[in-house]
Amino acid sequence: MRATVRVYWRLLVAGFRRQSAYLLAAFGGLVANTTFGLLKVAILFATVEAAGGELQGYDVALMSTYIWVSQGLLGSVNLHGGTEIAERIKTGDVAVDFLRPLDVQAASVVTEVGRSLFSLIPRGIPSVLIGALVVGMAAPASPLAYPLGALSVLLGITLSAATVYLLVAAPGFWLVETRGLQVLYMVVSGFLAGLFVPVWLFPGWLQTVAEATPFPAMLMYPVDILSGRADVTAALALLAGQAAWLAGVLLLGQALTRAGRRRLEVQGG
Amino acid sequence: MLVGVVELAEVWVLFHNVVELGGLEFTQILLVFGLADLCFSLADLSFGHCDRLPTYLRNGALDVFYLRPQPLLLQLITSDVSLRRLARAAVGATALVAALVLNDIDWSAAHVLLLVLALVSGYATFAGMFVWAGGAQFFLIEGAETTNAFVYGGRYAASQPASVWNRPLWAVFGFFFPMAFTGFLPALTLLGLDGPGWLPGWLGWCAPLAAAWTWLLALLSWRFGVRHYQGGGG
Repeated sequence: MRATVRVYWRLLVAGFRRQSAYLLAAFGGLVANTTFGLLKVAILFATVEAAGGELQGYDVALMSTYIWVSQGLLGSVNLHGGTEIAERIKTGDVAVDFLRPLDVQAASVVTEVGRSLFSLIPRGIPSVLIGALVVGMAAPASPLAYPLGALSVLLGITLSAATVYLLVAAPGFWLVETRGLQVLYMVVSGFLAGLFVPVWLFPGWLQTVAEATPFPAMLMYPVDILSGRADVTAALALLAGQAAWLAGVLLLGQALTRAGRRRLEVQGG
Repeated sequence: MLVGVVELAEVWVLFHNVVELGGLEFTQILLVFGLADLCFSLADLSFGHCDRLPTYLRNGALDVFYLRPQPLLLQLITSDVSLRRLARAAVGATALVAALVLNDIDWSAAHVLLLVLALVSGYATFAGMFVWAGGAQFFLIEGAETTNAFVYGGRYAASQPASVWNRPLWAVFGFFFPMAFTGFLPALTLLGLDGPGWLPGWLGWCAPLAAAWTWLLALLSWRFGVRHYQGGGG
């Protein structure tokens, strides 16, 4: 058991360190995050002001926190659907992964989480700092929001990695080419996770649709906890929701991997 | 196609909460969105392939283009025209037609001319943005996302009511990268609305100038980039 934990811990660290090699890319991401953040500030502040200064519990300061925390998480929460394992399934390299004394799904998710955690340093934290300094933002009322928020961010990142594995990578055992799924994931996930507009501003039916998917639990929930929009009781409920989604997505992913292993065809000779 | 629908939904969700944003109602913002999105998706169809340049630079495929007696840029944009992107343009086109029908526009020959000018210039402006970004890739390579901030950020900006922007945003997306000239300003002129205070209503007529300016930036950037390039090695 201890040996197993150590192996996955090493994979996590390896993912973290690998991401640290792409600093220029991370800088590019930060520029993009900040530019989009400033545009979101303009349009969403105008929306709050047009609604009379308060909209579904959002005032300007809370909206600013939503914008900058969500922009900061964008580099870490996988809303683009890309994952290395999808390519390995397509090329057949995954056959080698199956020979290793590791679980293919767990190893993939853990490595992706490691990379995402590194991205918090050059992209996540600076985005929030830039927002706080340039625009200003609201702080949560209870200091408990920070540890709970950190846990929620970790759950959100892991959930996104596990969902990409389930929805984009694992179907590759049957479909081989999954680029279409990746684009579909990218388009739908960002919108339903509340990347451009908070989920709570959606009309009722669309909110229901969003909550029937794991996407709000990836981004909206951590942002709600960190911004203090959810108090401690509500935060605990959100965390429970994230954990439930994560468990479900991991189980399904595991089932698909086992079925896919029997279905796997390695192309070429 | 779904991309366009979701982008429209982002705008619509905001108007689900408020009646008017930046002085525009939903049908009016639909005109801004339709103009900008149609122009962007047509530019993406023909010039979006410039985005692949970092890959070509890294794997040396660009060197092959140098061997052929055709202009480099022309080869790059014609190396792949993905017609599946046409479906996406359909969303912008539908939004534009709906907006033209729903809005109360006082049609005259000048309005038709303005609409045509706006579409041609908007297309040229976004195409110029792709070329500008391509030129910058020769320097950035790994940092390709830096230019995404302005190309795709520009698309996002172009479909907004620019009246909500502050001065720094106007400087970047209003004039330096003239995104406001692709949708917002021509729409104001078409609708006969006054801009936010300091903007004259006829500014929409200047869209061709904006396109020319973008292409100046684009060609300079491309020229610097190509001069900087020293081969993929190997």
